[in-house]
Amino acid sequence: MAERSEITKTWKLFIGGAFPRSESGRVAPVQDLSDRSGGKALAYAAQASRKDLRDAVEAARSAQEKWAASSGYLRGQIIYRLAELLDGRREELIEAVRMSGRVGKSKAITEVEVAIDRTLSFAGWCDKLDSVAGGRNAVAGPFHCFSQIEATGVVAIFAPEQSSLIGFLTLILPAIACGCTVIAMPSSVEPIAALIVAECAPSADIPPGVFNVLTGLREELVPVVAAHRDIDAVVAAVEPEMAKILQLGVAENLKRVRLIDPQAKFLEDLAWSSPSAFQAVTEVKTVWHTVGF
Amino acid sequence: MTTPRTTWDFAPAPESTKVEIKPHYGLFIDGAFRESRSGRSIETINPATEASLSHICEADASDVNSAVVAARKALKSWRRTPALERAKYLYRIARRIQERARELAVLETMDNGKPIRETRDEDVPNAAAHFFHHAGWCDKLRWACPTADGTNPEPIGVCGQIIPWNFPLMMAAWKIAPALACGNTVVLKPAETTSLTALRLAEILQEIDLPPGVVNIITGAGETGRELVAHNDVDKIAFTGSTDVGRAIASTVAGTKKRLTLELGGKSPNIIFADAAIDQAVEGVVSAIWANQGQVCCAGSRLLVEESVADEVIEKLRLRMRSLRVGDPLDKNTDVGAINNRAQLDRIEHYIKIGTAEGAERNEVSDTPLPSKGYWCRPCFFTGVQPAHTIAREEIFGPVLAVMTFRTPDEAVARANNTMYGLSAGIWTSRGSKAYEVARQIKAGVIWCNTFNQFDPAAPFGGYRESGFGREGGRSGLSAYCM
Repeated sequence: MAERSEITKTWKLFIGGAFPRSESGRVAPVQDLSDRSGGKALAYAAQASRKDLRDAVEAARSAQEKWAASSGYLRGQIIYRLAELLDGRREELIEAVRMSGRVGKSKAITEVEVAIDRTLSFAGWCDKLDSVAGGRNAVAGPFHCFSQIEATGVVAIFAPEQSSLIGFLTLILPAIACGCTVIAMPSSVEPIAALIVAECAPSADIPPGVFNVLTGLREELVPVVAAHRDIDAVVAAVEPEMAKILQLGVAENLKRVRLIDPQAKFLEDLAWSSPSAFQAVTEVKTVWHTVGF
Repeated sequence: MTTPRTTWDFAPAPESTKVEIKPHYGLFIDGAFRESRSGRSIETINPATEASLSHICEADASDVNSAVVAARKALKSWRRTPALERAKYLYRIARRIQERARELAVLETMDNGKPIRETRDEDVPNAAAHFFHHAGWCDKLRWACPTADGTNPEPIGVCGQIIPWNFPLMMAAWKIAPALACGNTVVLKPAETTSLTALRLAEILQEIDLPPGVVNIITGAGETGRELVAHNDVDKIAFTGSTDVGRAIASTVAGTKKRLTLELGGKSPNIIFADAAIDQAVEGVVSAIWANQGQVCCAGSRLLVEESVADEVIEKLRLRMRSLRVGDPLDKNTDVGAINNRAQLDRIEHYIKIGTAEGAERNEVSDTPLPSKGYWCRPCFFTGVQPAHTIAREEIFGPVLAVMTFRTPDEAVARANNTMYGLSAGIWTSRGSKAYEVARQIKAGVIWCNTFNQFDPAAPFGGYRESGFGREGGRSGLSAYCM
């Protein structure tokens, strides 16, 4: 029997719940950087253009209001389902993390397990953030005054280049959990794990447009995100020169920018699943109502 | 039947407290007043009379640097001062503001032009309340802003704070109180037209023996502010003012480690549903747009009225506008005082002209005399306004209201959100469920249901979208000053 040759997969973008190719037609090889293959191209990934990014923002915008209005209980169940599905693709995720060449098998297993558990953790945040970060304000007048936590809106996220899965999930989960919709740019050198997450999203019943994934060149996408006036917030683990471009984008539309050290240890620090994880992706709304007969 | 009287003649009731104002004020750096190195100064005047009040220093780059150096030096021990000891300083500041309240109110009114009724009943008590409230936070930060490992949160460091001229003392309190409570040190720059109460606050800081350098107050105009924003040794910038300046500041701090909070402009909607208590709603409109001559970032400058009650609301508003007393801000009966400065008056008049030119109809009381000197603008409202009109879109920062109508709650929400701003909103309805649903759908940081312009140190204040980011007040406000 002739030896079966492998299917070299071309991973596509994830926009509005569909998996389109880049409108530019561009693809780039994804190399296996582990010592097993010596840099062989195992797969290809689409390279998003500025037009793809605009499409993704449009999809995210049209999904945002409804997602934010859904109950925390529902969002929690959907994210829990995502954790279940990721757990079902554990082996594939471990392989994807190993391809980076950064870690061996046992560290790859740890990274995948922590990532899945973190997904679980954020499933639980959806209906609790208000209780922890909001609440009644004891004002000195005849008013019922409370502050509630709302989603900032459409969020662009640049995951760290040096972390294919844990860095990606750690940055997207708070945004999705609180009701934002997300355009996520995974690591451009090791995008596969993030694309597996994208493939799980429809089965987890994440509504189309809530979560979008664009693979591609960071230096192309960063300026487009910075200048885009319909992006409400940016969370980015990028190098200083790109961080500055994103910060300059604040002047466009006062978008909120949260910068993360790209070398941060995403596995260890408890802060990643604390209320501080919701900086930039949440707004505090204070509501006053008169009290009296 | 006689026609109801709509105006009464009041005897003048001028506030009698005399306030001593020195002819010249120095910069407050490292616990002492000192001259600016350049020797340059700015005249500050009473906008209600155009009479000179005093001269303040114009700080240049070297003065800004001295203030930052003093703040950096003071930080070392201030951040390690036991929390309850820090609290005692803040409590004392609150007390001294209360004890000197009348003097501060009179001075504020003279320097700013707003009615004594407002400075006496709102600005000064609110400033004291901010210090009192934040004093109590000093030893509770670990529960207010928990860190992942359960330790006390750390202050951010040296905070550069820039405040506007519309609520001078109150804004100084909003900025300084949370910064000190969290163990930061401060360089504050008040607006060049309204620095006198901040400088009086500096005297209070001396009276209560606040350690030198913990708070530095430097006066000057835009250039002084730019120097402060650009200074390398400032860890955080907190700015309240226009969206344009906010954008410029954001660009300046890009690429640095400086933290930034911005409290910017607004074009806030005030929505009256047909089922509202109309008389109360009309009172709310008066407060929303004519308090402080409309020079309020969260002013309810767009009135959205349900069509079925529009005629009634407009008639009542017209009647109520007639009873507003415009004039001497130091008179206790005055409702509307002077516009703070000439440039702002020009800007307001420019918008009023555009409003008329674009086809809206201006309603004002034109048969009462205005003082011959000073910067005066009669309160007015425009009817026949289209959402695309300039006066319905741009922040005017004056006593100018744009009135529009709607038919359904959905339309009200859509119109309310049809702005790049998102600072505040008012909702008037007697149905609680409707109020909360509309409040949920409006993209704004502060929503007042059946009230307007309420401020309290316990309640976070700040905007969505192009109204800036970060909150002031409450637990959310603290988180901008610790990490």
